[in-house]
Amino acid sequence: MTTSVHADHDPHSGVPLEPLKTPLYDAHVALGARMVPFAGYLMPVQYEGILAEHAHCRAAAGLFDVSHMGQATLSGPDHATVARALEALVPADILGLEPGRQRYSQLLNERGGILDDLMVHRAPGADGTLGLVVNAACKVADYAHIAARLPDDVLLEIHEERALLALQGPEAVDVLTSLGADVAGWDFMDVGPASIAGIPVFLSRSGYTGEDGFEISVSADTVAGLWTVLMRDSRVRPIGLGARDSLRLEGGLCLYGHDIDETTTPVEAGLLWSIQKRRREEGGFPGADVIRTQIAGGVVRKRVGIRPDGRAPARDGTEIVDDNGVAIGHVTSGGFGPTVGGPVAMGYVAAVQSRPGTRVGLMVRGKALPAEIVSLPFVPARFRRAPK
Amino acid sequence: MTKYYTEDHEWIAVTGNVATLGITDYAQAQLGDVVFVEVPSIGRKVKKGEETAVVESVKAASEVYSPVTGTVVAANEPLADSPITVNEDPEGAAWFCKIEMTDPSELEVLMDEAAYKAFVAGL
Repeated sequence: MTTSVHADHDPHSGVPLEPLKTPLYDAHVALGARMVPFAGYLMPVQYEGILAEHAHCRAAAGLFDVSHMGQATLSGPDHATVARALEALVPADILGLEPGRQRYSQLLNERGGILDDLMVHRAPGADGTLGLVVNAACKVADYAHIAARLPDDVLLEIHEERALLALQGPEAVDVLTSLGADVAGWDFMDVGPASIAGIPVFLSRSGYTGEDGFEISVSADTVAGLWTVLMRDSRVRPIGLGARDSLRLEGGLCLYGHDIDETTTPVEAGLLWSIQKRRREEGGFPGADVIRTQIAGGVVRKRVGIRPDGRAPARDGTEIVDDNGVAIGHVTSGGFGPTVGGPVAMGYVAAVQSRPGTRVGLMVRGKALPAEIVSLPFVPARFRRAPK
Repeated sequence: MTKYYTEDHEWIAVTGNVATLGITDYAQAQLGDVVFVEVPSIGRKVKKGEETAVVESVKAASEVYSPVTGTVVAANEPLADSPITVNEDPEGAAWFCKIEMTDPSELEVLMDEAAYKAFVAGL
C-alpha cells in the first residue's frame, strides 16, 4: 500500500503549510495569470478576465490546469473485490461500473454526510483496478480515510506523478480529434487511454462546467508539452479558477466545502441520482440508514437554485428568509452568472419552501433582496449523450 | 481640483467644498470584472469611514468607504446599468457620488498622488 501523508501538510486540514506549485506554474505566470493560494496550491484565478474566459469556454474550448486535484487508483485481484471495497465507502453502484465508464460519487461518514465528492472510473479492459479523482483540499484526508478501510488485498496508490488538465466547451472534442485523439464517438462519462499529438494521456469525457469536454490525465513530466500543444490551437484559451467557479455554479454543480460537506447528505444535496437502485435497496455504505430513511420519508432541507430579482449578487453564507422574514436557510454558493447575465446562487432551504417559484428574500447588507427558488441548472448541460 | 487617495484605494477629487468619490485603477484591477455597483441616494448623510457605495466583481464584494463626512449631493446612477465602466474608466466616468463636506480638515490625513503611487508600489 502506498500512502503518503506529508509532514509539510497541516495534520488537521491536510492543506500544505507552504503553497505547492503544479508543473504548469511557470506557464501560467508567463501567460500573465494572477496566481492565488487555493487548497494548498498556487493556482491561476484568472488570465485575461473571468467574464471573457467564462464566455470563451461556453463558446469554444477552455483549457484548465486542475493538477492540484488528487489522482489515485485502487487495485486488487479482480473487479468485484475492488468494487466491493469501494462500495463500503461510497453509495454508488461500483460493481456495475462497466469497463470504459466513469461514475460520480461521494465518500460518506456514518451520518451520511459527505467527506468529499469524487469521480470513479474503470479503465477499458481493467479487471481489478479503479481510478479515483478527488478534491485537492480533501485529498490527504481522503487517502488516509480510504487506506484505513481497505481489505488487505486491495491497495491504494497515489499518483503524484500525474498532472490533470480539463478541456471544456463545444469545440473541445474537435480540438482533441484534430490532434489525433479518436474520441468523437465517446459518450459523456466514457474513459480510456488516448494519444494527443503523440503524448500518451488518459481521458474522460466529463468536466465541471456543464459543457461537453474532457479531463486529461497525463504524466507530470509531459504536461507542459501537452499544454503548449493545446494552447497552439486558436480555439483554445486558458481558463482560471474564477471562471471555473462561475461555470460550475451556472451548471448547478456542487463545490465541496460550500454546497456539500460533512453535514449534508447526498439526498439533501439533490444528488440522489448518483445512488443507483441496487445500492438504495441493499445499503451497505456509511450512513445508509440515514440516507434510506431520507429517501423513504423525505428531507428537512434541500439544495435549491436561487435567482435574485435584482442585480446584486448574494454570496456564500447569505441568510435566506421567507415572506415573513423568518430564516429558512442560507446560500452556499453565489455570484454573478456571466451566461445568465445576472446573479445566481445555490443554497439550502426548508424542504417545504424548496419548490421552484417560491418567493424568498436574501439578506444582503441588512436588506431582504427579493429572489425566487428555481430549478437547477441555470444553464442547460450540453453533455454528449448518444441517442439510445 | 485636488485629488486625494486612501489606503483602501478610494480617490476623492475636491473642488471647493464638494468631494467626488471613486476607486482607483489599482483597486479595479484587483477586483477584476465589475458586475454590480450600488451608489448612495442623494441627501444621505455619510460619516468618514462609513460604507458609502458597493462594488462587486465576479469573485468578490467590496465596500467603498467615504474618507470624508458630509451629505451626498449627486450620485452616478447610470453606473448601476454599466458596472464595467468601473474597469474601463475608474478614475473618470466611474465616480460613485459627490459629497458636500462638513469637515475639510479630514483631507489632511489623506495621500496625494505621489504618496499613493509610492504606497501601491510597496504592496
